[in-house]
Amino acid sequence: MTTNWKPIIRMGLLAGIITLYMAVVGMLESFSEREVIRDFVTLGQIMLVFASITAGYLATRRLSDAQNPLRLLVSGAIVGLMSSLPLLVLVLLASQLELRDILVNVTRDLIRILTFDQESLLTGGLMLLLVFTAAGTVGALIRSISPRLRQSLIFGVAWVLGIGILSELVQQILQQVFDRDALRVVFIRDALKPEAALAIFVIAAVLDYLWLSQGKVLRSRLTPTAPGPQRNLRYGGFALLALLLLVLPWLVGTATSDVLTSVGLYILMGLGLNIAVGLAGLLDLGYVTNFAVGAYVMGVLTSTGPLGIDAKTGLAIFNFWLVLPVSLIVAMFTGLILAVPVLRMRGDYLAIATLGFGEIIRLLAISDWLKPVIGGAQGILFIPKPEFLGVRLLPQAEIFPLILNDPQQIYYVILAACLFAIFVSTRLNNSRTGRQWMAIREDEDVAAAMGINTAKAKLLAFTLSAATGGLAGGIFASKLGTIFPNSFSLLVSVNVLSLIIIGGMGSIPGIVIGAFVLIGLPEILREFDQFRLLLYGALLIVMMLARPEGLWPSAIHRREMHQTEDDSKPIAEPPRDATVVVAGD
Amino acid sequence: MALLEVTNIHAYYGNIHALKGISLKVEEGEIVTLIGGNGAGKSTTLRSICGLMKPRQGSITLRGEDLMPYKANQLVSRGIAMVPEGRGVFAKLSVTENLELGAFHRSDTDGIVKDIDYAFTLFPRLGERRHQLAGTMSGGEQQMLAIARALMARPTVLLMDEPSMGLAPVLVETIFDTIGQVNKEGTTILLVEQNAHIALQVAHRGYVIQTGEIILSDTAQALRRDPTVQKAYLGID
Ligand SMILES: Nc1ncnc2c1ncn2[C@@H]1O[C@H](COP(=O)(O)OP(=O)(O)O)[C@@H](O)[C@H]1O
Ligand SMILES: [Mg+2]
Repeated sequence: MTTNWKPIIRMGLLAGIITLYMAVVGMLESFSEREVIRDFVTLGQIMLVFASITAGYLATRRLSDAQNPLRLLVSGAIVGLMSSLPLLVLVLLASQLELRDILVNVTRDLIRILTFDQESLLTGGLMLLLVFTAAGTVGALIRSISPRLRQSLIFGVAWVLGIGILSELVQQILQQVFDRDALRVVFIRDALKPEAALAIFVIAAVLDYLWLSQGKVLRSRLTPTAPGPQRNLRYGGFALLALLLLVLPWLVGTATSDVLTSVGLYILMGLGLNIAVGLAGLLDLGYVTNFAVGAYVMGVLTSTGPLGIDAKTGLAIFNFWLVLPVSLIVAMFTGLILAVPVLRMRGDYLAIATLGFGEIIRLLAISDWLKPVIGGAQGILFIPKPEFLGVRLLPQAEIFPLILNDPQQIYYVILAACLFAIFVSTRLNNSRTGRQWMAIREDEDVAAAMGINTAKAKLLAFTLSAATGGLAGGIFASKLGTIFPNSFSLLVSVNVLSLIIIGGMGSIPGIVIGAFVLIGLPEILREFDQFRLLLYGALLIVMMLARPEGLWPSAIHRREMHQTEDDSKPIAEPPRDATVVVAGD
Repeated sequence: MALLEVTNIHAYYGNIHALKGISLKVEEGEIVTLIGGNGAGKSTTLRSICGLMKPRQGSITLRGEDLMPYKANQLVSRGIAMVPEGRGVFAKLSVTENLELGAFHRSDTDGIVKDIDYAFTLFPRLGERRHQLAGTMSGGEQQMLAIARALMARPTVLLMDEPSMGLAPVLVETIFDTIGQVNKEGTTILLVEQNAHIALQVAHRGYVIQTGEIILSDTAQALRRDPTVQKAYLGID
């Protein structure tokens, strides 16, 4: 049997082009500054070989059951070799031409990374070629080991990479329990120590391997079968999760808590948009409208600056807690008003119309016309932080108004709002209303023919979705203290929609994961920030190709995927017998 | 007074005049068929009756009550149920869940359970697949489900839009046998078909529609013998 080299070569070149792309846009270079394992490997180096390893693994898919291990390795090596070619071309060109004139990111440092600090072009190029060939071979090797062992090894590597990349955060958390000296055993500054990395790898891989081989016995022994204790176990799990959520901001510290609050606001918006898009199937591209309305209501009503109601009327009666429901309600009504004209639109028409609303709101915010009320481009300043109602009401408490002004405290406000939104949307989704949305999402006409009042159900979805956005906006304004029209760009809508899609349409855990991946990760890894949109795009494309149901799909989606895989495929009907009918006209 | 009376309705899609004064009557207990070629206006007629679109002119009454002011969802509880063109089952819901949605406007839980059981005796195939997702079933099974789902509304008049579409001849026979049976058990049916041959076998009376106008109406038997019908719709020269 001869090997078909064409797909192998193609896969190798593809990996090379992906790596080339990452090099040329500057990702490799800026990620090279983050060490994963001290003096050993940087994030940039991992990115450099990652595509080649993956390609070596993927390209040998069809060879895996072949008996010939040599051919497997040779294929992997060829994949790796091919993947080095695009980069070799880049290195060669860079040595001859002034590439920086066109590609600003092709710096000398980048070339140094690609040639592994070698002085001469020849040895550098050879190194590149060798490393990539080795990477492809490693990919093929991974293919050749038994699946169980493979999974354990990958698990071990994933733990090392995870801890290494997030060293800062992990240290921050561990600091609460261990003292600095203990941490120094594992970390040096922002990276793992090599020996610690090795230890983590071994422990994670061995534990995973044991779990895979012995897990079933263990699990059956650990999980009670009686319903009573089983329920206790579940409640125990919930209690643990609740406890974790409560102490989280203190575990991760102020800076990361700030990230948590951003993520939380996006989770809140994701939950809101999910009602329209995920549950009722109404593609809303102007979600930022609701966020902006909520924020501006909070700003105008509570600001202590010249634009606030206080300065204008002397009525200093509004505080955060009073205005938050107002933000919600005003956004809800705006949502309702905007929903009426688009009620009859479907699919792409609806998307375009809502996209328009999003832009209109930003232009209104920036306009001179509304400047006396909402400040135009200067925005609204001096929006006070939430204070604890009750503390302020007691006269003697004036000396100690508990102001929630650091992110660790705002976190709880957002957490409460998220839990509220989760409660409302799950309750609704499991009710008759959820059924109606589901039917509308599938086929609006048929839903109407089943007796469902589609107009009412859609209005409800739009208003609830808007209300949640308004809530998020209100908290956002108070958290930041200032709001500018630029905070309410199309990008907000795009972010929220992306996190829903990546997490898994209609799934609440999916939204949480999506928000952490899309919003949290770029904030924690600052290098990511400038490539944020690039990553979104890449992630969305990969997701649509490889896992269209999202990272954590909703039950319905999972059921669908599951069934089409397991059950017999629907039997195709032969076309209608043409002799029976001769169409008239 | 007939059970369902459609009088001189005119319907438009933008500027396209799709129905140019359609009138038809369905008596209690009948199967009436509306046959015609592709694009003749059959679906538009059904969509007008079940409220999915509003004719600009004309009247539609059920037992003398004007149906025009009502929307599609309000007509379900007034006795109009529809088996949509192309079946329109909810692909991501199970067979049982589809049937439950068919009874959406009803609140008599016991009655709904009983009717689901009845649907499974009428279509044993659906009973075997009650937990299967509708989208993974064959075309014939989906058609059965669409009919069963419409029956869940306990309609006075059942509207069916081309139930034979895209099905193998054997399956078409089965489906039309069931249609006859449903009718014998007391449901009045208005059946739209391109497949005139099979429709005229099961129906009592028929109308022929062409480019938005009724050009013929008679008993099914008479229509089967009509030379125009034979030539244009039955493929007999
Ligand atoms: N959504 C629509 N928009 C515009 N024209 C339509 C639409 N649906 C149907 N038509 C037109 O109306 C006429 C009748 O269509 P229809 O009732 O669907 O025919 P039939 O069901 O008999 O095949 C046709 O000329 C068709 O092109
Ligand atoms: Mg039609």
